Amino acid sequence: MMEIGLNHYLVLSTILFSIGLIGVMKRKNLLLLFFATEIMLNSVNIAFAAISHYYGDLTGQMFAFFVIAIAASEVAVGLGLLILWHKRHSSIDLDKMSTMKG
Amino acid sequence: MFEAIAFYLFAFLTTLMFFITVTTSQALHALTALAAGMIFISAFFFILGADFLGAIQIVVYSGAVMALYAFGMMFFDTTREVKEKQGNQYIIAGLSVVAAVLVVIIFAAPMVTDNITALYPMTEGVGNTQDVGMVLFTKYLVPFEVAAIMLLVAMIAGIVLAGKKMDDSLTAMNESEIEESNARRLS
Amino acid sequence: MEIYLYLALFSPFVGSMFAALFGASPRTMIAGIVPSLLLFVSFVSSTILLQHILAGGEVVHVEMMTWMETGNLYIPFGFVVDQISVTMMMVVTLVSTIVHVYAIGYMDHDKAFNRFFAWLSAFVFSMMILVMSDNFAGLFIGWEGVGLCSWALIGFWYHKESATWAANEAFIMNRIADLGMLIGIFLVFWNTGTLQYDGAFAAMQGLDIETLTWIGIFLFIGAMGKSAQFPLHTWLADAMEGPTPVSALIHAATMVTAGVYLVVRSNELYALIPNVGLFIASLGAFVAIFAATMALVNRDIKRVIAYSTLSQLGYMFAAAGLGAYWVALFHLMAHAFFKALLFLGGGNVMHAMSNELDPFKMGALGKTMKGTMIMMTLASVALAGIFPLAGFFSKDLILEVAFIDAHYIIYTVLLLTAGLTAFYSFRIIALIFHGEDRHTALGFHPHEAYKFMLVAMSPLLILAIIAGFMFKMPYFEMVTQLLPATEYHVHSATTYWIMTIGTQLFVMLAIFFAYKKYMAPGIKVPDGTSAMENSFKYKLLINQYYIPYFYEEYLVKPYRELSTVLWKQVDMKVVDATVDGIANMLVSTGENTRTMQSGNLSTMLKWMVTGLVALLSLAVVFGLAVKYLDEIKTCLSSLGV
Repeated sequence: MMEIGLNHYLVLSTILFSIGLIGVMKRKNLLLLFFATEIMLNSVNIAFAAISHYYGDLTGQMFAFFVIAIAASEVAVGLGLLILWHKRHSSIDLDKMSTMKG
Repeated sequence: MFEAIAFYLFAFLTTLMFFITVTTSQALHALTALAAGMIFISAFFFILGADFLGAIQIVVYSGAVMALYAFGMMFFDTTREVKEKQGNQYIIAGLSVVAAVLVVIIFAAPMVTDNITALYPMTEGVGNTQDVGMVLFTKYLVPFEVAAIMLLVAMIAGIVLAGKKMDDSLTAMNESEIEESNARRLS
Repeated sequence: MEIYLYLALFSPFVGSMFAALFGASPRTMIAGIVPSLLLFVSFVSSTILLQHILAGGEVVHVEMMTWMETGNLYIPFGFVVDQISVTMMMVVTLVSTIVHVYAIGYMDHDKAFNRFFAWLSAFVFSMMILVMSDNFAGLFIGWEGVGLCSWALIGFWYHKESATWAANEAFIMNRIADLGMLIGIFLVFWNTGTLQYDGAFAAMQGLDIETLTWIGIFLFIGAMGKSAQFPLHTWLADAMEGPTPVSALIHAATMVTAGVYLVVRSNELYALIPNVGLFIASLGAFVAIFAATMALVNRDIKRVIAYSTLSQLGYMFAAAGLGAYWVALFHLMAHAFFKALLFLGGGNVMHAMSNELDPFKMGALGKTMKGTMIMMTLASVALAGIFPLAGFFSKDLILEVAFIDAHYIIYTVLLLTAGLTAFYSFRIIALIFHGEDRHTALGFHPHEAYKFMLVAMSPLLILAIIAGFMFKMPYFEMVTQLLPATEYHVHSATTYWIMTIGTQLFVMLAIFFAYKKYMAPGIKVPDGTSAMENSFKYKLLINQYYIPYFYEEYLVKPYRELSTVLWKQVDMKVVDATVDGIANMLVSTGENTRTMQSGNLSTMLKWMVTGLVALLSLAVVFGLAVKYLDEIKTCLSSLGV
């Protein structure tokens, strides 16, 4: 219990991922949806770093770097789109975005 | 001992912060909680000896991403309550947990069976930053450059998407005026 | 010579195609004349070929083209004109030319005149392929072709329920028999590796008796269907629903003799299996007397003649089964002439009587229809086998064959049948042409047929008279170059004369009896009240030994019930339900899942996660399955799977 192993980190990662996923499904505010995706990305980063540490391999950390880069790009583009949407419809409510209704 | 205490402490704090992020109805609270959670996560990186990753985490997330969100929020009417109409909470929670567990199982399965070997073992006697640098600029040089281009593209996209017509207030215009200005711009 | 072969073969085809061009247009005389002329060309070509063969020329054997060549299967479109096929060609082209010309007059008032000639010529073409082919596959094509044309021509007046029924009956019965034939052909190929007659028969010499017996039996099943031998005979009498020229050509002279032709063609096979031959002979003798008895009481001219045909086919099979192939072929030829004549005469009577076929309603037609009367009487004399007409030479020969080979039962049966044949033939002659005038009272005003129809029939008349004594010897010399040249001579001259004169006297007695009985004054149209009509024998015969009834009750009805059950229970409830179920499942899946497509991003995200979970679960399950494959296998094998 006191000896922290890989499993501890993986469990933590699972919990955080679940929280993120709950957020994704639950949130109706588009901005807060983005927050939830950030949480998911971060939970994966923890897992990568932990694996990297316990296996003495740097690959995990490399992946974590790239994940961070992707997250940053995603935020930049996503926020741009969000602002555009907000300018058009003055709303960022997901339930109002139903133009794809068939 | 110290490691265990630190792990449990930060684990608790991170979970709490993220939990607040996905449950609070106040966007500002969520933003703050998220920023705090990001910083707590960097603590794990330090515990795991990935100093450079921890630093990056703080710089990129708490610095850049959070600042971006904060600026973005200024465009929105964050005080207005977005109605969070919910379906079945248990289904959502259940689905999330199952999905997360499955993802972790898939990731962990090869490790449990011990059939992976270290591709780029950590070098003894050098700091983490130096180590990361060596691998990043040799084996991962091409992905690194591609990531750089991706960030550049993202930056330009962000500017183009959010930045144009900053002088026109699109919120103040109605649909026909927007169409008209679009047509003018296109011609 | 090849050019004549192709002319003989393809002229009817061209004629058929020409008439078919006018198939949809109203009656055009040219659609009848051109096929008739082309058939005449075919007839002339056949005659030239016959001359060639008679003069001792080479057998004409051509290979027009390769039909199929796969692996060691090689089937060409090959045609052969040898002594056997040239005989058949002569019979087919001669009778069909005459029938075509006759039909121009007979079908004069029919709306579907053009269609009739298209089918009739197509039939001749199929028949030519059948007799000229040099392999079993070509024979089978012709075989099926004549079956198809026969179906179309029996059901020519398709608006008549009975005609379509008869057509389908003929078609289905023939298909049953063709299955046997097809199996026979497969066996031939399987055991000899070729379908060419010469190769196959050469290879058969080395096969064991059991295989040969099976081949012989299956081929004979095909012959039984086409030649309407018991128990597949019922279709022939019903086939009389077709126009009379069709009955004359197809159901008397040519198609029904295809079975005999097959047996004659396969003589080398049947020579190896005398037991099957004996069976064929016995069946032939049985059918001869069986059909003759049915003809005794029937009250339909065409059916009487049809039963007579059946009976004569029995004679041919009896001869062929006993190994006297040339006798069978000779009787086939002679029979084609007088039977076609008889049918065409019957057609004249039928025409005159506005399609009335009951001879009891006629009587004394001889006054108005002298030409027809003379022709039909002579044809009946020939059929009865009175010296010196054709039937005497061919039929007496069959009797002699049976006698000499010491098959006395077959001989007795055939002799008895000869008497019956004479009786029923002259029964209808007497009823139609002689006796009291019964038709005027019923409102019929008979008239003689067109002159050219009678002229067209006259070659048949001449042949029916002279075919016996003129052709017997040259024919024998020609055909025995190919067939076993067994001469049949009764050992002592006394026996021979007693037999011949006895038979003649017996037959004449039967004729005399028929005349006496049916020319007697006071013959009424039977109304089912006389004692004779209520006797068991009469009922048995008029109902064709209850065989059609038996088929209907014990084969058709159970089959229909079984089909109904399968339709209602299996097809509707299983097959259709499965197909419908799949379609309904897709539709309802779509209907139910369209609510998913609400356009709401939040809902979509939830579904996305659901899908993700499902896919990940599958990945985990399959991953585990692959990982523990060996354990699963041992586990399953221990369970006995």
